[in-house]
Order: sequence, then structure tokens, then C-alpha cells
Amino acid sequence: MTEPSGPSVSASRVIPIAVGGATPPVPPASPTAGMIRTLGLVSAICGLIIVGAYEGTYDAVAANKRIATERAVFKVIPAAKSIAEYVALPGGGIEPRVGAGDTAPGGVKFFAAYDAGGKLAGIAAEGGAKGYADTVRIMFGYSPDCQCVVGIGVVAMRETPGIGDKIITDKNFLANFTALDVKLKGDLSALANEVRAVKHGAKTSPWQVDAIAGATITSRAVGRAINDSAQVLLPRLVPNLDKLRSKS
Amino acid sequence: MTQPLIEIRSAPHVQGPKSVETIMRHVVYSLLPICAFYVFQYGISALASILVVTAACLFAERYFVRTGTQAGRLSDYSAVITGLLLALTLPPGFPLWMGAVAGLVAIALGKALFGGIGFNVFNPALVGRAFVQAAFPTAIATYTPSFLAGRFTEFIPSSLAWPLMIPADAAIWLKAKNLDALAGATPLAKWKFDGVLANAGDLLTSLSGNMAVGPAPVLILVCGAYLALRRFMDWRIPLAIIGSAALTAWLLYAFDGVRYPNPFFMLFSGGLILGAVYMATDMATSPVTPKGMWVYGALIGLLTVVIRYYSGLPEGVMYAILIANAASPLIERITQPVPFGRGVLDRAKKRATYPLNPGYISREEASAVTPKKRFLPKKPKK
Amino acid sequence: MNPSAADTWDEFMEGVWRQNPTFVMILGMCPTLAVTVSVVNALSMGISTMLVLIASCGLVSMMRNITPKEVRIAVYIVIIATFVTVVDYAIQAISLALYDALGAFIQLIVVNCIILGRAEAHAAKNPPLPAMINAAGMGIGFTIGLLALGVVREILGAGTLFGVALFGAGFQPWVIMVLPPGGFFVLGAWLLFFSWLERRKLRRQQAKLVEATQNA
Repeated sequence: MTEPSGPSVSASRVIPIAVGGATPPVPPASPTAGMIRTLGLVSAICGLIIVGAYEGTYDAVAANKRIATERAVFKVIPAAKSIAEYVALPGGGIEPRVGAGDTAPGGVKFFAAYDAGGKLAGIAAEGGAKGYADTVRIMFGYSPDCQCVVGIGVVAMRETPGIGDKIITDKNFLANFTALDVKLKGDLSALANEVRAVKHGAKTSPWQVDAIAGATITSRAVGRAINDSAQVLLPRLVPNLDKLRSKS
Repeated sequence: MTQPLIEIRSAPHVQGPKSVETIMRHVVYSLLPICAFYVFQYGISALASILVVTAACLFAERYFVRTGTQAGRLSDYSAVITGLLLALTLPPGFPLWMGAVAGLVAIALGKALFGGIGFNVFNPALVGRAFVQAAFPTAIATYTPSFLAGRFTEFIPSSLAWPLMIPADAAIWLKAKNLDALAGATPLAKWKFDGVLANAGDLLTSLSGNMAVGPAPVLILVCGAYLALRRFMDWRIPLAIIGSAALTAWLLYAFDGVRYPNPFFMLFSGGLILGAVYMATDMATSPVTPKGMWVYGALIGLLTVVIRYYSGLPEGVMYAILIANAASPLIERITQPVPFGRGVLDRAKKRATYPLNPGYISREEASAVTPKKRFLPKKPKK
Repeated sequence: MNPSAADTWDEFMEGVWRQNPTFVMILGMCPTLAVTVSVVNALSMGISTMLVLIASCGLVSMMRNITPKEVRIAVYIVIIATFVTVVDYAIQAISLALYDALGAFIQLIVVNCIILGRAEAHAAKNPPLPAMINAAGMGIGFTIGLLALGVVREILGAGTLFGVALFGAGFQPWVIMVLPPGGFFVLGAWLLFFSWLERRKLRRQQAKLVEATQNA
């Protein structure tokens, strides 16, 4: 109400409109202070509600996320009973991952899975590659003993239902991932043999993935996802495996 | 229902000998040899498929005509054509219940929705096929080889699937007949996924080998020629489609002969000839102007080759024709012939104007001048 | 029923039936088409929207006398966004799988025109209790709309209802039903059905009227 500009603004608005004839006169504008007061009040109330909701659900959300990750890891490494998160650094070497923030640039996140006795049961990592509709993101389990992939699970995909999503259900396809060879070269710089999907029925070597007939594109995406991720992760991971042998 | 005594129509009042019914009947006649050949190729499964799909189309047509949803009569043969064409585009071992779904959808979504014969925007048979292509992608990609030994006594097992149930796996059946799973792939799928090129001459007659193909292109061309000679169909559209597909394929072949197959393979594989002769020429969904027909046909030919080469699908005729159907009103608009006696120079202005229906203009608007923008006077004048 | 209870009932039923947001007003089509691939998704989306609708209409209505008209849209959006955030957290806490299935459409409730429309057209002019009752009716109407689509799409698209298989293992899913075109087809079919109901009602009324005139 103390604003001097308030009345003058509303007065100057009424006059030109009247020229239009049929338009009804616009009621005077509300005072600025009132607007600010209301907006402030609304923001305060809403802020309180949001903070309350965040605090109230934080534990449950975090627990849910942990359970979801554990479930995904346990699926690809059946012997696992507990997990620990690690990051493989770009310069080689690994370190435990703390907090929920983003990993360092170039770092690759992976999970070390331990069995009931606290011994290393396997390594789980995520990979992604372009499929038919969108990126197919998978999690695969790596066993240091046989240097092979021992299981895969799909994290996210939008492939055609009934065709592309056979990669979850097709038994012959999943049989590829009971012992998929991902041995490193002698100097540990890259995989000895590139993992790749081949046409259905043409698998000859343990590092090849036998594609599903009719879902070749999605099958190839799975092969590429494993290959791309393993090419980056394993050269950093394998020299440091001893650090992970038992649960810290 | 009583027939009206007086029909009020706009000029011209002279009635030619060709009614819709006559034309449609002759199209059906010309389709019969093709259907017979199809049955000869695939046996009783193909026959059952043709009968069930056509029956489904007729049933839907009868229902919608009875309830007054769509114009036309059952006896105008248009639903028969839809049914026969739809059956010819489906794989011979396509489960009969899915074929029935395709037939019902073709008439309901492709025809009745728009008001019946003459009003449809898209070719009804292709609407039905597009629906089942999206709904049952596995079944529609499952072909079986033609000219199998027991085809007149034995159904392809997938045909007889229970309604709503998954059809039997054709690969197992083929294995029992000592054929590998690849024998069931169409020449286009073989080329796209395995790089195996079929001989164009074999494709033209469909007779040699156990190829998984539709009726012989050469037979379709002969039947189409009959229709074109009797003036039941315009020859421009098929010619434009075949020409533009051949030109596009030939240009790409000349550019890179290893990566792209030869143009004859492109022309005679898949459903290009059937689509060009029978589906793209559907009168209601193609342009009526002669120039427009060339443009429309060229568009279909180009799109077909582009979809076949550059998309995830092996076959592109269906989507090419549907897209061109959607474009045909536009094509008609830009290819209006100049009336006789009117020079090219004083042709109507390029900018399209749409006369506004007076009913849409309210009284205030009719007398209104452009209103002044309200925020302008608010500015303080200097 | 006394008059005020009848009014309340009327207020409530407006959204459920007469002005059903999905089938009569054709509002909120984005979530309607996008998340109705299964009944569970449809139901949770409907309930989330309803909770946001009731809470924000209540708050908007409480603040209606101190909200200047120039900033009312800003006030509504802030209030709606708040409750959407609350629901977003709540769903994450209840089930991550559900949260992933609903995806961005939970956050998009903010711009759902049903909620803004109710706030502007009803809550801003009425006391809190009627506003919330009306909002509840609208929310239930929206949920019914989503469920109508979800039931058809789940039965045909997956052969299940609430995840329970209806037809046994051999069912052939209609893939198109879980793809976007299926949403349009099913919505179109429902709209057809409701317009047919409406026209039949109208025809009967006219027939009755004609009969009455003839008798007279």
C-alpha cells in the first residue's frame, strides 16, 4: 500500500482500454507487497513440505536403491551374499567408492561380490550399447578364477517386446554367458579376443556370443556392451585382484 | 429398407457402363488366377488363409453397413478385394485367427472409420497388415518354403493355432521335413540379414526351388495388364512405381555394386509388384490428376527402396504405400491441371488459401476488424 | 439426502462421470497414453495424480483469499510442484521398480492440465472442503480412465491382469498394445464406446418426448 507507483500504474491502464469500447474496465492491480508476501508464504510452506518429505523418505529410498543393486549383482553372481562398491581409476588401480556422488571422470564403477565366508565370489560391472530401439544396459558377472563372464542381467532396455526382450528369456542365448571367455592379453592391456555376437548357430569359439535368430541387433548390442565395458575395466582390475580377495 | 425413388446428384448425369461394382468385380476376376497360383504354391494353408481373411472382411463390412456406420453395399465387391489382397500379403502359414483379426481391423480401422467405400484415406488391406505387423511381429516374419511335398493334404502347423495362442514353431516342423530354418526366410530377409542374393529370373516366375515368396510377379503383371487394357485401372501408377524403384536401385547399384543388389532383384522380390499393381492403384487413396499419379508412384518406388536398404525391416512396400496414401491429397493439390484456355502465367497464386466455412465465423468476428493489441497503449507515450 | 449432501455428491460425481477428465474433457492425455501398459502402472499413476490433485486443491483453496490474481499461476505451480515432489519421493521409497516404470511421468504431473485446470476453475473459488471433494472426484475419474486403458492393454498386450496370467503360458501377446499406437487405439475405442452411450441416451430421451407429445 505504501508503494507510490501502484495507483498511478492502474490509472494509466484504465484510460487507453476504454478507447476499445466493448472491453470491460480492468480492476486495479494488486499491490506489489501483497504479491511478494503471498509468494514468500507459499514458498516457505512448500519448502517445508519438500524438506519434510525428503527427510522422511531418505532412508527408505537409499535402502531401496541398495536392495535393487544387490539384487542385480546377486543375479549375475549367484554365490554372492554381500557386495562392496569400487571404482577403477583411469590410470590403473582401484579404490573403494564412498558416497553416492558421481564417479571421477574416466572411472569405471564395479561391484566386488563376496560369498558367505567373505571370499571374493566375482566381480559385477555394468555395460551399455546401442540396441534396436535404445541403449541396452546390462550387468555382467566376471569370475576371476576362469577369467570369464558367468552371467548377465538386463538393467534397462526398450527393445521390442516379444523379439528383442528374448535376451532375458532365451535359454540358448543365456547359455552363452555361463563361461564367456574374456582373457586378457599377455601384457594385460586389452582382451585377448574381442567379444562379439555372431549369427545364430555360427559360434565356434568361447569368446563368441551365439545371437538369437530374429533378434540379431539386440544380441549384438549385448556382445558389444560386454566387450566395451570389459576392455576398459579388466586391464585396470586384474592387476589389483589381490586387493579384493577377501572382504575388507 | 426401401430404395429411394429419386436420386439427387450433381452433373454429369450421363451414366457410363462402368460402375464401381463393375470395376471391382473385374478386379476380383483378375485376382483369382493370382490366388489360384498362391494356393498352388502353398496348398491348403493358403486356401484357408484366403477364405478366413476374406470372410472376416465381409463380416466386418456387413456389420458396419448394417449399422449405418459406413456407406456402400456388401455387393460392391470392395471388401472381397481387401480380403484377397490382405491374404496375399500375409505369410501362408499365418495363424488363421490372426488373419481374422487382420481382416476385421482392415475394414474397421481402414474403411468404416472414414465412412466406407470411397472415403478411406489409406488402403484398407495395408492398414490391416500394418496392424498385425505391429501386433504379431514374430508370426508375420515367419515364412515357409513353397512347393512342399504334402502341401495339399497337410496344414502348415502354425495356421491352426488356437485363437489368442502362440502358433507352433515353424522351424521345428521344417526340421522334421529335413529343411533348415533358413529355407523359411524370404529372399529379402536372406539378402538383408545373411547377404544371400536370389536369382532375379527365378523370382520372376516363383517356380524354381522352394523359395518363400508370394505369387509370381510375372503373373501379377499379366493380370494387371488385363485391368489396364480394359481401363479398370490407371497404368501410370504401376509404371511410375516400378520405374522409380528400378531407377533408385540402379543408381545405388551403379554407385556400389557390392553393397547394393542389382535392380532386378529389388523389383521382383517381396511384394513390390503386387503392391504396385493392386494396392497403390486403389482409386480412393491415390491422386486423380495424371501428373499426380506420376509423382505418387515415384514417391512409393523411392520410399520402398530406401526402407529396404536403410531401415531395420527387410520389406518396405507396405509403409511406402501408406505414406504415399497420406501424401496423396497434397500431391493432388500441387498437380492440379490448368483449365483449358487459361495461360500458365495467370495460374492461381502459389500460396494456398482455405475458404473458411461461414459457420465457423461468429457474428463478432464477421464484422470485426483486427483488434488492437492491448499492451501497446499501456506504454507511456513520450 | 438433504440438499447440502446432494450438492456435495454432485460436486464429487462431476469429475467421476459427467466431466470425466479422460473421456469427456480429454485432458491429461500424456500420462493416459504413456503409462497405461499395465494395470499396476495405471493405478499408481492415477492414485499419484489424485493425491497431488487433492492436496494442491486444498492448499490453493486455503490461500485463495490472499493470492493476488497476477501471481496466481506462479502460486499454483509452486504448490503443485511441491506435492509432485512429495509423491515422487514417496514412490521411490515404496518401490524403485514402479518408479522406473512410471519414469518421467511422475514429475510431469506438474504440467498435467487437469490439476492446473481444477486449481484455476474450482479450488480458487471455493472453500477447502468442497474443493478437495471435487478434486477427489476428478482424481477418481482420471484413475478410472487410466484403468480402463490399462486393463485392455494389459490383457491383450501381455495376457495378464495385475500380473496374473489369464490365458496360460501359450498366450500370444499383441505387441502393438504395449507400444504407443496401442494406447491411441484403445483410447479411441473407449471414446467411441462412451459417445455411443451418450447418443443412445439422447435417442431414448427424444423417443420419450415424442411419445409424450403423441399421448398428449
